[in-house]
Amino acid sequence: MTRIALQSLRKEYAGQVAIPDLSLEIGDGEFFTLLGPSGCGKTTLLRMIAGFNSIEGGTISFDGTVINDRPPAERNIGMVFQNYALFPQMTAAKNVGFGLQTRRIPRAEADARIARALESVRMAHLGDRLPGQMSGGQQQRVALARALVIEPAVLLMDEPLSNLDAKLRVEMRETIRQVQHEAGITTVYVTHDQEEAMAVSDRIAVMNLGVVQQVGTPAEIYRRPANRFVAEFIGKTNLLERDLRWQDGRATVEMGPGVSIDVTGLVDPATQGRVQVSVRPEAVSVAAEGVPAEVLDETFLGSHSQVRARLASGEMIEFLEFSQQSSSLKPGVQLRLAIETHQLTVFDPDSGASVARGASA
Amino acid sequence: MKGQGRGIDGWMSIALAITAGYLFFVVWPLVTVLINSVTKNGAPTLDGFRTFFSSKLYYGTLTNSLLVTVCVTVLALLVAFPLSYFMTMFRIRGNRAIQILILASMMSPPFIGAYSWILLLGNNGIVTRGLRGVGIDSPSIYGFAGILLVLTLQLVPLIFTYLMGAWRTVDVSLLEAAESMGVTGWKRALKVITPLLLPTVLGGSLLVFVRAFADFGTPMLIGQGFRTIPVLIYSSFVGEVSIDSNFAAAVAMIVVVVTLALFLVQKFIVDRRTFSMTAMRPIEPVQLRGWRNWGVYAYIYTFLILALAPLLVVVVSSFRNTLYGQFTHGFSLQSYFSSQRDITRLVTNTFTIGLSALVLLVVIAVLVSYLTVRRRGLLTGVLDTLTMVPYVVPGLIIGIGLITAFSQPPLVLTGTFAIMVLALAIRRLPYTIRSTTALMLQFSPSIEEAAISLGASKPRTLLQVIIPSLAPGILSGAVLSWVTIITELSTTLFLYTISTQTLSLGIYTQVIRGQMGTAAALATILLGLTMVSLMLLMRVGGGREIRV
Ligand SMILES: Nc1ncnc2c1ncn2[C@@H]1O[C@H](COP(=O)(O)OP(=O)(O)OP(=O)(O)O)[C@@H](O)[C@H]1O
Ligand SMILES: [Mg+2]
Repeated sequence: MTRIALQSLRKEYAGQVAIPDLSLEIGDGEFFTLLGPSGCGKTTLLRMIAGFNSIEGGTISFDGTVINDRPPAERNIGMVFQNYALFPQMTAAKNVGFGLQTRRIPRAEADARIARALESVRMAHLGDRLPGQMSGGQQQRVALARALVIEPAVLLMDEPLSNLDAKLRVEMRETIRQVQHEAGITTVYVTHDQEEAMAVSDRIAVMNLGVVQQVGTPAEIYRRPANRFVAEFIGKTNLLERDLRWQDGRATVEMGPGVSIDVTGLVDPATQGRVQVSVRPEAVSVAAEGVPAEVLDETFLGSHSQVRARLASGEMIEFLEFSQQSSSLKPGVQLRLAIETHQLTVFDPDSGASVARGASA
Repeated sequence: MKGQGRGIDGWMSIALAITAGYLFFVVWPLVTVLINSVTKNGAPTLDGFRTFFSSKLYYGTLTNSLLVTVCVTVLALLVAFPLSYFMTMFRIRGNRAIQILILASMMSPPFIGAYSWILLLGNNGIVTRGLRGVGIDSPSIYGFAGILLVLTLQLVPLIFTYLMGAWRTVDVSLLEAAESMGVTGWKRALKVITPLLLPTVLGGSLLVFVRAFADFGTPMLIGQGFRTIPVLIYSSFVGEVSIDSNFAAAVAMIVVVVTLALFLVQKFIVDRRTFSMTAMRPIEPVQLRGWRNWGVYAYIYTFLILALAPLLVVVVSSFRNTLYGQFTHGFSLQSYFSSQRDITRLVTNTFTIGLSALVLLVVIAVLVSYLTVRRRGLLTGVLDTLTMVPYVVPGLIIGIGLITAFSQPPLVLTGTFAIMVLALAIRRLPYTIRSTTALMLQFSPSIEEAAISLGASKPRTLLQVIIPSLAPGILSGAVLSWVTIITELSTTLFLYTISTQTLSLGIYTQVIRGQMGTAAALATILLGLTMVSLMLLMRVGGGREIRV
């Protein structure tokens, strides 16, 4: 049970700044995910927490104790690596037992804990296998068991699923989530897959260029992105440039000729003029009344179709429609689109920051 | 792995200790040679160099050496390239056996080749006498042509092994891509494959070059009037031409400068051309038909026979009767029985000295490769460079350095067991370090980090995780080193006494003394030892690629 606090952390690689100034609080038993595009510094940050990277500024503390100078072997961490990093000459059970051996746990107790750990990742039947004789998914299960069996204060995982195929990834992330939940270990998880992050995390920190863009629950991040980067990185969105006007104390934007919609409650009263309105595809639907548009094309995706259409202003908009037996959304068809107002977010066109009241960057 | 807030940790002290060892046992001896080359009786002088360049008798050996070396390198490449091309592209029956035989011929003691060609084509050789019987003068094995033949046969397998390693990294899709653009056959070999293999070819050529340039046994045994520079160093150092050690040291320095220059040129070229490849799909050999098939087989088998015949000749000769050292009619075990006591002594020495050197070698190689791969820094950078020093210094000169440096206080080691062990370990270290480093580089750092994250200390991580997972690779590297240690001649030539003489030194002295029977018997034992070691290597190495 450990709280992690990162304060004004700074990381440089040979003079090149990778993380300029980063602060985060990770709660007890929380499943916390670092999410961001490639090269944004997720691995760098995780390895700083693990103790494998030097720290050029700021502090890392576990439960209020600064651990900057504590070597990794003494931080009581469990680590799961992208390439599994199982010891190739040891069986699954020996791998899992390694950390217990270094902690001088008596033989009998160790054996019981190894068995339990392998059980929890459903690998009890393969304890005698060498890593070379296991599939990727099985190896990653063993790696997870090996990290958990020592009952670490903190569990660190760097893209543990990225070497697995799509179906196994979904299965494994459920195992990880479940095992973490049962053990209640504070977990820092790194991924660049936003869907995976949404599925497993209690809270997510979205990073870009070494800077945290937003911290929040998956729903908060999706529904109330703090800035344009987050809106575009998490899920899909349509960005439309519009004028924001105030009328009778209500903020409205004109979405199409003669169609104005209200932007509810969240807009800072000081805002007006040019803004960018972010419209999620699922907020758009075909209706009897609404913004006129012309269908450009339709992509069949199984349960849904993805439709691209052009607005009168010339802007492109993408939305989802339930698949139907025979599609009526042929290219060139004219239709009207309704836009759900409570799912809109509005950004300052220059800074990209959300102009929603209370949203913090 | 910085940021742990600790000044000098255990690894740093190991790095310091090894660096100090290198400075004392490798660099210092070479410095004494350097000092010797520019001083005489304590006074500075350039007489050694002046003498060398004043007489054709001396500087001629340098041109001779260069001539031999260039010719051998070119010839070895010309022979080895088609050999590796055929073995990769075409289905050859007994492919694996052929590769093993080629490896065996490479691993056989270098000077045994020369010796056995003397048995065949020497003044009193089997072929020579047979041809003389029907009134034909056979070509002489002595001199330039003989050296060329023996060294080329000796070194083709080396470059062949390198090339085969490179072929294995060529993905078949590259060849298919070339073919789809209409480039096939020899054109494809030249345009697509050659550039891919070039770094390897250059690396391999340098190795051949350095070996040919530094080779002492072959020109000593069959050079006769055609003297190369190592022979000159040897004879001036042992005083045969009654010139002092100042001269020998000067010649040694010239040799070092030449090899060093070559090494730097090669490094410059290779560094700029290296690219990493891994074959997802290695090349699938195709079945040839008709005369092409016959041609390919003829080529491969001709080479095999030429490379292996000498070994066979030695083995057969060891069972012939001898009279005053020369072979006579009839077969028996006479050569073995008459030198029984020598054999016991030499074999015992070979094992005790060789194994001690091997243990020293492997321990240092593992530590150094770990340090240079995982603990990059100024000190390990220096260490990395230091370990390559013996690579560019011929064995003979390492021997001279050791004997000059350690025949005087503070440390007198001449004539000891220790100096033999040291010399052999130093000689082989650059090779073993390189192969261990290659292993270390493939070893994912996250495995080590996993161990540390589980709370393992550094020594524990090394002993329980890193070494066991690298063990198969280290072991096969060790067997290869063992083979080169027991066949090494030139490094220990100045260092042995009767109680530290090894098999290869024994063979050399017997040949020089004209005791052909004993020499053949000893050579057969050494060959047997080599072959058994190689079989062991096949066992432990499994399907692994063999690196030299
Ligand atoms: N050892 C290093 N030396 C120099 N620069 C480095 C090193 N490791 C990372 N960097 C740089 O630091 C930045 C962050 O890298 P990091 O590996 O943390 O990214 P990441 O978010 O984990 O990306 P990915 O999703 O691709 O794994 C990158 O610009 C990278 O080039
Ligand atoms: Mg990463």
